Amino acid sequence: MITIIINKELKSMFASPLAWVLIAFLQGIFAFIFMSQLQNFSMMQAQLASAPNAPGLTEIAVTPVFSIAAIVLLFSVPLLTMRLIAEERRNQTMIFLISAPVSMTQIILGKFFATVVFLEIIFIIMCLMCFSVLPGGTLDFGLLFSCVLGISLLGATFSAIGLFVSCLTNHPVVAAILSLAIALGLWIINLTAPDPDSILNLISLFSHWEPFLEGTIAVSDIAYFGLVISVFIILSIRRLDADRLHA
Amino acid sequence: MENTNNFEPNTTLSADGLTRLYGQNIAVSDVSIELQRGEVVGLLGPNGAGKTTTMQMITGNLAPTIGSIKVCGIDMMESPTKAKNKIGYLPEIPPLYRELRVDEFLTLAGKIRKIDRNNIKEAVKTAKQKCGLEDMGRRLISALSKGYRQRVGIAQAIIHEPDVIILDEPTVGLDPNQIREIRSLIRSLGNKHSIILSTHILPEVEAVCDRVHILDHGKVAYSDTISGMQGARGEQVIDVEFKTPPSKEWFSMQDDGIAMEKTPSGGYRITHPSVDPTDMIVRASVENGWGLFKLNQVQASLEEVFVQLTKTDEKKN
Repeated sequence: MITIIINKELKSMFASPLAWVLIAFLQGIFAFIFMSQLQNFSMMQAQLASAPNAPGLTEIAVTPVFSIAAIVLLFSVPLLTMRLIAEERRNQTMIFLISAPVSMTQIILGKFFATVVFLEIIFIIMCLMCFSVLPGGTLDFGLLFSCVLGISLLGATFSAIGLFVSCLTNHPVVAAILSLAIALGLWIINLTAPDPDSILNLISLFSHWEPFLEGTIAVSDIAYFGLVISVFIILSIRRLDADRLHA
Repeated sequence: MENTNNFEPNTTLSADGLTRLYGQNIAVSDVSIELQRGEVVGLLGPNGAGKTTTMQMITGNLAPTIGSIKVCGIDMMESPTKAKNKIGYLPEIPPLYRELRVDEFLTLAGKIRKIDRNNIKEAVKTAKQKCGLEDMGRRLISALSKGYRQRVGIAQAIIHEPDVIILDEPTVGLDPNQIREIRSLIRSLGNKHSIILSTHILPEVEAVCDRVHILDHGKVAYSDTISGMQGARGEQVIDVEFKTPPSKEWFSMQDDGIAMEKTPSGGYRITHPSVDPTDMIVRASVENGWGLFKLNQVQASLEEVFVQLTKTDEKKN
């Protein structure tokens, strides 16, 4: 049942120009940054060769792409998620799903995983781009894996937040702005944190994402993302159910 | 569970004492509807009477504040997905994904209604045939006219051969030919399925429905079969026109309650409390030379019932 909804969502996404424009735009940015970093690397190569324990190609060229990708996703995932529920409400098509023998949980999970699949397509293209250096050099696959895992979790978290906000309103644009506000808020909340153990660091998205860029995969970070995703998914399901009960 | 599945297989829908509050507002209060297989029930009422709310509750889009809904014996609250699969619903605005083609959309509708993968093609074909969409399969829904969109809306509601079909104002905004086609479609669907139809158009109800419920201010104000309603009124009425009209005295001389009054169009309306006065008037016209040249039987129409009910209600308030 969930796969039917995932397929339906992906079909709708790719039927609209937004998905294509988004993929093209993101890939353009990533390619540009990747190219400029490669240039830097080739210029620094001589110095790096002499230095002990010097950063490799992956640290210099690949990590920055993912680092920028996180920021770009922060702003572009809301565009993707804004229409998930809000637009269905607006077009009165929500009734189609609710009248069908599917549960609210299946609807929400279907929409969530559709967004995740869409983001994974972008990440796969990013990996392919990184692989393009393989004929002339090597990659640190461990670090690359860590980056991809991190950005996948981060993307899924943004999707869950966006999905929940989309449940709150009938206006896609309002949903986009509000989910950006929540995600950005969680991103920068630790800026004023005085010490590393502060609670603000514990709830900040950024402080849990950064270790992945350094190749550190910690269970606590994965658990954090899992928790945030679950919370927003459960809130979304409850919110849709509430429509039926109280609206 | 076992005994609920085979109890009264002919009752496809039984909604009991449905009540729905919106905050302090009572949108629907104590509405009960029962449907037999092969029955078409009309749901009538002025705007805001609670027709759509009632339908949304029956289809599981709204939870009733009080009351229970059973579809073929399956409780909507206890096992909503099972119950929903026995219902097809066309809301006021057909829920269509405009970016999909008709075939794609109907396939999606079939899949989501749990039609077996191998039978989907056949189901889509049958639904298109029933709704006259054979040549529209490749068209984008956004490129269809309103009439065709309405048909796609009906097609998605009947694709899984549901026991109960619920249509919310299915003929609004269609041209007269399309209305006719949709009506005959509804009538033909009514042979196998049970249908609830909401509408403002009274002749439509008389044309396609077996029974009628009139809702007013969230309550069932009237509920009867169409034939029962037409026979219910004891009073018989004819409209006549004469070349030389008889005097009122003639009518008072008859002494059986027959009465005549002038109508605005220049004719006369003759009412008799029990028997059809046609024979009597024709004979009297020949005998007395009234020159009867026009005679019209007046049926007790749904419109009269409807207007009466809503009028008395206005007085009350």
